[in-house]
Amino acid sequence: MKRRDSLKSLTLSSLGIAALSPQVALAEQRELEMQNPPETPLKIPGGRTKEEAIRDAKLAKEKFLTVAELATIRVLVDIIIPADATSASASQAGVVEFIDFIVKDMPQHQTPLRGGLRWLERESLNRFGKGFTLASKAQQIQIVDDIAYPEKAKPIYSQGVAFFNLMRNLTASGFYTSKIGIADLGYKGNTPNVWEGVPADVLKQYGLSYD
Amino acid sequence: MFQIKEQPTVFDVAIIGSGAGGGMAAYQLAKAGAKVALLEAGGYFDPADPKYITQLKWPYESPRRGAGNHRPFGDFDAAWGGWEIEGEPYTRKNGTQFDWFRSRMLGGRTNHWGRISLRFGPKDFKRKSIDGLGDDWPISYDDVKPYYDQVDKLIGVFGTVEGIDNEPDGIFLPPPKPRLHELFLKQAGKKANIPVIPSRLSILTKPINDQRGVCFYCSQCSRACQAYADFSSSSVLCIPAIKTGNVTLINNAMCREVLTDPSTGLATGVSYIDREKLTEHTVKAKVVVLAASAAESSRLLLNSKSARHQNGLANSSGVVGRYLHDSTGASRGAFLPHLMDRKRYNEDGVGGMHVYTPWWLDNKKLDFPRGYHIEYGGGMGMPSYGFGSGIENLNGKYPTKDGVTKAAGGYGASLKEDYRRFYGANIGMAGRGEAVPDFNNYCEIDPTVVDKFGIPVLRFHYKWSDYEIKQAKHMHDTFEEMIHALGGVANGTKPGADTNYGLAAPGRIIHEVGTVRMGDDPKTSALNKFSQAHDAKNVFVVDGGSFVSQADKNPTWTILALSMRASEYIINQVKQKNI
Repeated sequence: MKRRDSLKSLTLSSLGIAALSPQVALAEQRELEMQNPPETPLKIPGGRTKEEAIRDAKLAKEKFLTVAELATIRVLVDIIIPADATSASASQAGVVEFIDFIVKDMPQHQTPLRGGLRWLERESLNRFGKGFTLASKAQQIQIVDDIAYPEKAKPIYSQGVAFFNLMRNLTASGFYTSKIGIADLGYKGNTPNVWEGVPADVLKQYGLSYD
Repeated sequence: MFQIKEQPTVFDVAIIGSGAGGGMAAYQLAKAGAKVALLEAGGYFDPADPKYITQLKWPYESPRRGAGNHRPFGDFDAAWGGWEIEGEPYTRKNGTQFDWFRSRMLGGRTNHWGRISLRFGPKDFKRKSIDGLGDDWPISYDDVKPYYDQVDKLIGVFGTVEGIDNEPDGIFLPPPKPRLHELFLKQAGKKANIPVIPSRLSILTKPINDQRGVCFYCSQCSRACQAYADFSSSSVLCIPAIKTGNVTLINNAMCREVLTDPSTGLATGVSYIDREKLTEHTVKAKVVVLAASAAESSRLLLNSKSARHQNGLANSSGVVGRYLHDSTGASRGAFLPHLMDRKRYNEDGVGGMHVYTPWWLDNKKLDFPRGYHIEYGGGMGMPSYGFGSGIENLNGKYPTKDGVTKAAGGYGASLKEDYRRFYGANIGMAGRGEAVPDFNNYCEIDPTVVDKFGIPVLRFHYKWSDYEIKQAKHMHDTFEEMIHALGGVANGTKPGADTNYGLAAPGRIIHEVGTVRMGDDPKTSALNKFSQAHDAKNVFVVDGGSFVSQADKNPTWTILALSMRASEYIINQVKQKNI
């Protein structure tokens, strides 16, 4: 029997035969790679180098935050930036998806975020006997109020304050760089135009002029 | 694609590097009919090609919303490379902190740079005669002025004629009107006796030829311009040079060394490795022009050892790699409470400040010898990653327009109101100053480390002196004066002696120069006044390596002028059969 046939879906190592020589293990690995279907060729988006496109494609496939963590984040970002008369909420502006990506792209956020979410969960269990996403809106706000005001917060909540600052910053980053957030802010640029100086009514407002 | 008329076996000129110096040399020499091989370590780049364009993209078109965790100046910044390039290390010794920025692409760092285009002044060529430090250049402002004039006309720069001593006026296009915060800066400058004048940027506010468009005020010069409305060597010099049919552009050419003839010591060509295919190549040329950036050009020369050039090519003086110096840099931000609740309008303007402060004091009256200019930022810019960060440090301090004082931090609809009211009320100022060149600040070849191509790497040795540290201290004093005159509140705490007054690590300002300096004496310089190597008359260096000293001005405009001057000299010398 040809070696290739015997390796179609099994490897000796997968059968639990541990003491393979490295050469045999490598040969098995190579056989498997040759049998796998070829990857679809990578499309490089405009403005990206090939290495950047490869990196972003790899990151997109990775998972860090769990379904439960993302559910808690969804609640938090909408507490931080809810819908109002001017614009929609953070989750409606894609902030949860942004945070999901950014923690993969910026590993320094991983432990602070994971640890902070775990802190929040435990705080909720201790106070209300249920996790944060299962608590009522009023209960959730009760916890948030203890960690949302750095200058008023009790010292025992200092880690919660640091976590909420991080959440607030990430929410703002995600919201104000979204289409919805940019419109909320009123940024009027990023379009070809002719700059003719500060508008007359604004000059008047501040008592300035072009001499 | 453009047709190359013919590929000669021996080029008239091989140019290493396609940035400001290399691009200008390629342009001048190709126009004069020379057959040029232009070797660029990076890939092809054209700011107008949708394959590469990031200009006018919204932050949400990047999954990281424009963050700078990969491309150091932001995800849309037109710099492929950065401080660290995989498989291409550099080392440091004796506790040195030196960071080295590379842009591996056609046009190099001129694709993303700040377009600040300042001529050196007469004093800047003669600093030793003034304060006894460093050395004088072997040339004067009068030698370079005709080339500055030509560069202004060829490339285009806006500004105003001011008649300020040591800030020579150029041939200027009209400058854009100041933005709101810049009008306040002018006002504050008058109060504080600090000049605030229109900036001088190489951005076209009027058309200068049929090949380039006019600025459309998106403030994204750092992303490079698809209208070719700002100066990038790629769009303004290299691509037009290639259009003459006289340039063979070789991308991904990582040069190892300049090859020389053992009997004459003259250069015969360049050896390079293709970065992608990993194949080895030689390009033969009658003249070799190095423009790989100051440090890289010195690396190439030092790695070009032979029996005749035992210390490296062009290095009988031992100064190659020496006198390395970067601009000083320190910065401060401030909040302007009276700019809360701003009216919204398109405030983008050009991709940089519309006003700046040229050096205005007499160093004889100060405790540091050289000056600095100040760059300003602020306004209602396009949000990117990090927008609104740290609002808890602001929103408790400043009552709303209805007089309501809030608790710092918070969440909810009230927080959204805070992000809105603070938008556009910030200002930033950065000093960029002249460092004194020091023989003991240098780069050399690391004796043991090679990059992934087997090329010995650079090892940096650098320490700021008291001259620069005291200058940074003064910058911060000036910033606080300006902020006070603006009625602003300075952010954070004023840096103190323990951080060298916030003086940026050397290399961080990305104006490193001096490593292949020119001079009249072959014992203390590597090049003559025409950027020609003393030791090998067919070798030239036209990047910042040739500088004797740096000035309180950015190097690029002077690199362009000196490269133009050297190119003219090469053409004349070849005509006279001296080279």
